[in-house]
Parts: sequence; structure tokens; C-alpha cells
Amino acid sequence: MTICASHFGNRPMTWAMLAAGMTLMAHDAVAQSGDTIRIGTMFVTEGALASLGQEANRGLEIALAEFDGTIAGKKIVVFKEGTNATPDLAVQKARKLIEQDKVDVIVGPLSGGEGLAVKEYAKTVPSKTFVNGAAASQDTTMRDPAPNLFSFRVDGAQMTAGLGKYVYDEKKYRNVAIVAEDYAYPYTQVAGFVSEFCGRGGKIADRYWVPLGTKDYSSVIARIPSDVDAVYVVVGGADAVNFLSQYYQTGGKAPLIGGSITVDSDVLNSKGPFRSKIIGILSSSNSADESEAPEWQAFAKTYRARFPDGLPAPSSLAAAYYISMKAMLLGLQAARGDVSGNQDVLKEALRTLKFDTPTGPISLDQNRQAIADNFLMEVTSRPDGSLYNKVVKVVPQVNATLNMPREPYIAMGAPSRTNPPCRQVGKVL
Amino acid sequence: MLKLAVLSLLNGISVAALYFIVASGFTVTFGLMRTINLAYGSLFLIGGYVGYQVGDLTRNWYLAMIAGSAIAGLSGAVLQWGVLDRLRGQDMRQALVTIGLSIVAADVLLAVFGGLTYQFTPPDWMQATVSLGVFGGYPAFRLLLIALSLFIGVFIWAGLTCTRVGLAIRAGVDDREMLSAIGVNPSRLFVIVATCGSALAGLAGVIGGTALSISPGEDSRYLLASLVVTIVGGMGSIAGAAVGALLVGLLEQVGLLYFPNYSIVAVYLVMVGVLALRPQGLVRGTA
Repeated sequence: MTICASHFGNRPMTWAMLAAGMTLMAHDAVAQSGDTIRIGTMFVTEGALASLGQEANRGLEIALAEFDGTIAGKKIVVFKEGTNATPDLAVQKARKLIEQDKVDVIVGPLSGGEGLAVKEYAKTVPSKTFVNGAAASQDTTMRDPAPNLFSFRVDGAQMTAGLGKYVYDEKKYRNVAIVAEDYAYPYTQVAGFVSEFCGRGGKIADRYWVPLGTKDYSSVIARIPSDVDAVYVVVGGADAVNFLSQYYQTGGKAPLIGGSITVDSDVLNSKGPFRSKIIGILSSSNSADESEAPEWQAFAKTYRARFPDGLPAPSSLAAAYYISMKAMLLGLQAARGDVSGNQDVLKEALRTLKFDTPTGPISLDQNRQAIADNFLMEVTSRPDGSLYNKVVKVVPQVNATLNMPREPYIAMGAPSRTNPPCRQVGKVL
Repeated sequence: MLKLAVLSLLNGISVAALYFIVASGFTVTFGLMRTINLAYGSLFLIGGYVGYQVGDLTRNWYLAMIAGSAIAGLSGAVLQWGVLDRLRGQDMRQALVTIGLSIVAADVLLAVFGGLTYQFTPPDWMQATVSLGVFGGYPAFRLLLIALSLFIGVFIWAGLTCTRVGLAIRAGVDDREMLSAIGVNPSRLFVIVATCGSALAGLAGVIGGTALSISPGEDSRYLLASLVVTIVGGMGSIAGAAVGALLVGLLEQVGLLYFPNYSIVAVYLVMVGVLALRPQGLVRGTA
């Protein structure tokens, strides 16, 4: 398999190297025109989410390795692009992949804001096929979707399925404050949590939106009312490490509920004294570090063998990119490698694709959005002192509207800083 | 509400203290020597990462601090001696070369240390929480940070004003030829200044990694912070860096409290305002 990688893109030196590489590639393409399938992929390699991108790369590499570099006798050529989690760069990279690298299909992007931007771009190149990488903003597929964009990745709201009910029913929390980063993905997670929690009768004390990349949260922490039962926190990567350590340093008392990237394995494996404080934090995600499912165990085993320098267990981002890339490859296989014309065969194959993933069976709904299992977990310490998320509950086959009535759920409108308000959505099934 | 105001004021000051330590090194090299080193953020990150490794191996935070400063200082010296001194007076080339180096450094650091976040473990007594009476508790390390920045500020100011080396540095900035005519080697002098400035960046890497954390991307963040602090405060002035850091730090924290969505913009609005009304910065440089 030829991998023409520009791992850490958007930089002059990389461009120069890429130009050199392209010359070689062009040569290659001419020689084997028609015999190759060109797959473009992108993930974050810079900024606060860089560690997630590293995991994404590991995940997609595992999927590629399963196919041994060929599909239906055609050679797979992969082009990788690095982004910095901003929508404009994501579109730039997608355009570069399509126009300069002449890729047939794209797997990506990683982050929620990027997903919305790439969706709009996808509409301008309707003949190409896009499989979402890990972007989990709701409107990547829910409202005004792109017909050529397929998401085998659940959105941020789906990843909260079961959490709001669980903390209301089991933990008896009634009044929760929210601290979340100020962009599409946390909006979506908060929307999912709020619609369930408030649907049961819970109250939201306040919602604090902090800029992505905030280092010092102490002022926000000081503002959290002291009478809340818990704080729902949706910040990721380095920001999560900062928030969590500052929360305990400044004497935060209320228990924390984690978003899907707040206490994921990226954060649990980060280095620092905050780690001893976070045991017991409840969170929800579409994958679980130590899931007992044989598919997950096999995936984790491959991951450890292939990336000895990786995390103790693959993170949800590694799983997401593995699933997304594998879905694309399975689709291509079903289409017998046909990427000509409008790629209708491939698109139909993806639409009807249903396969068993490390996180359970996944299929698509009418908007080409994943229906998948969801996991509720608790941060737990291994005997050797390292941390992992222990599965507390599995919520089977969650659809895009968290299995609530579809029409009223969609009618709530796109998640934002204030939407949805804290009230019952239609009638909970 | 008073409690909240006092806490956010303290937070602002402690963030400002961190910015000041980073920016003081920057203002000394940028403001006094007029060398443009846009790889300054990388020195911060190098200091932080290497410091972490040393701290992790030896379980000694003080050694981490020394190692971080030393490696950054050394890198800075090599950079000044090998690259920047040869491009003296050519602003654009210095800028381009150092931007290039910072990109290479960022990728190398990402390859070596990965994308995970690192946070230092300081000695136990620094992790304590100090009681502020009715205002609740406050992390001891942050109070230490404020004290350390004061100490560094006074130290640099005294060094520049009261010592012969400081005198020579200031003279070298004004008239390099005259300085060499009276028997001082300006190149060597500037390497010394670059070493000290860079060591401050490395020190800030360890301190910043303890108070907050270090991860990829911090290099450009702190470079930007240093630039803003230096421009707002006035190039080459330690007092200016202090004023600039305080302004940026307080604005960031108070902004986060009262208008979180626009707190980032506020900092740049201040910079635009200063550039429009008082382009030399709030405090005039000593050079």
C-alpha cells in the first residue's frame, strides 16, 4: 500500500515535501490509471485536539491493514491531511484532496465544527463520496444533510444516550450545572444530555460556555453555584486536563459527570497529579476501553500489537476512525471497487451497509446517520494504578433522536448555547 | 459576588505572572537586541517537555526546572550564535528562518513526545491550598508563581540597570560599533542575553506545565501571548512587560467570567487600541 502522507499539513515545509511526493505520485497514477482507488483522509494534528488525531490515525491504519492494500484487484492509495480543528482549514484540506490529489473518496474530518463545514463542501462535489471520520455535531446529518455524506459515527447527542436518565434515576441528581467548550460538538452533547435529563424532570442550574483552548478555568469554576448536585463537563484533551486539575485544586466539591471526551483514554493517560482525583467520574461514549465484547477485545489486541507506543486501550477516536475507514472499505468492496461516474454503486452499498464493529452492530438511518450502541462508564483504577473507563450500562441501538419521537426532536432546532431549553421533548418513549 | 471578584482578580494576576515570565525573556531579546525570534514559543515547549522527562526520571521538580531552563537556554544560545547573529538587522529573514525552525521543532516535539498532555507534579507543599479566610482556598502554587514573577522582574531590572553587563547590553543596543570599539564583543554579549532570555522561556515551560499543562500548540499560544504583552507594554521594557502581562491576564480572566464568548477578542482589541493610540507601547523601553 502506498501512503503519501503529509502528516502535519498546512506548513510550508510539508508543502514542499508534498510537491516532491506528488511528482512521484503522478508518475504512479499515470502508470496505473484506473487500477487504483484513491482515498483521502484527514484528522486533527495540531492544537488542543492533536492527541485525538494521533488516535484517529492509529484507528484508520488498523482498518487499512485488514484489507491488505487492495480492493477488487485495485490498489488502494491513501492521502493523509492534517488539520487544526478549524472549519476553514478542514474545507481547504478537503478541497486539496479532491482537486490536487484527485482522490475518489474522503474519510474525515475529526471535529464537530469541521464536520459541518465539510458537509457544505461535500454538496459542491456531489459525485464524490464522503464518510465522516469522527465529527459528532448533530447537523452533520440531521438537518439539511449532504446526500453524498455518510456517517457511521454517532453524533455527540447519541453519545449521551442513557446518561441523563441514569444520573436522574440512579444517582438522584436533580440540579446540574454545565461547563462546556463553545463549539458545535459540546452543543450537541449538552443537547443530548439536557433533553434526557430535563425530560425526566431535572433542572439545569446554568450553562457556562468556555472558548476552546482555555487554559485557566478557575474563574469559571468559581462561578459554579455551590448548591448543584453535579457538574456536567464537556471539554476535551489538554483542556480537560486543565479543567479537572483546577477543579480539584480550587476545592470543587460537586461530583462531575463527564462528556465523551472529558475522561476518555486520552485524558486518563495524560501525565499529571490530577489523575488521582478523577476516579469515579461517570461518563458516556460510543466506545468503552475495557468492553467485554469479543470484537472489541480483538480490536484492542490488534491495536496494542501494532502500536506498542499507543494507549493501554484504543480510545473512542481510534475506534471511530477504524469504523469509518472500515465502512468505506467495506462499501468499496461491495461496489467491487467501482468509483467511476457518480459513484452510485458505492453510495448504495454504504446506505445499506450493516456490520459488526468493535462497539456493536452499526447501520444507517434515512439521513445516513449511524444507529449504534452507547456505553455508560465510570473511571476506575487498574491494579497497576493506570485508569480506565469501566462499563456500567450498555444502551443498545441508539438512533439520531435518542429513540425519542423523531419529528418533535428535530423540530427543537439545531443545538446551540441555549437550545434546547430545559424541558421535555415530545413524549419520551 | 465579592468573593468571585477577588478570586478572578487573583486568577488574572497569576495568569499574568506566567505571561510575564514568558514575555520578560521575549522582551529582553526582541526589545533590547532587536532580534526577531519567532521560535521563542518552541523554546518554551522544549523546556517544558525536557523538564518533564527529567522530573519524571528523577522525581525531582527542582531538577526539572533547572533542566528545562538549561536546555532552552542552550538551544537559544545556539540559535542566536548560529543563525540570528548572522542575520543581524535583517528583520524579515530572521522572522522567516525562526518561523521555519519553530515549525520543524513543533513536528519533532510531536513525534518525540506525542500528542498527550503533560502536567508536572510539584513538591507536596506547593500543591497545598492556602486559606484566604472568607474568600475560601487558593492553590499555593499560584501564589508562588506570583512571587516568582516578581522576583524575576526585579532581578532582570536590577541586572539591566545596576550591573556592568546590563550597561553594556543597553549600550550595545544603541551603538554596536562604539561598544566594540571600547573592547566589548557584542556578538558574545548578545549570545549571553539570548541564553538568559531563552532560559526564561524554558523556565516558564516548566512553571506553566505545573500551573496549567503543556501539549502541542502551546508554542504558538505563548509566542502570541508574548507578542501581545510586549507590544502592549512597550518593547524592551521590563516594567512594560509587567503592565502588559497584567492587562492581558486580567482581561482574559475577567472576560472569561463576564463575557466568555468574547474574552479572546477583548485582548486583541486592547492591542489594536494601544497600537492606534500609543504605538510605542504603554511604557517606553529603556533602549
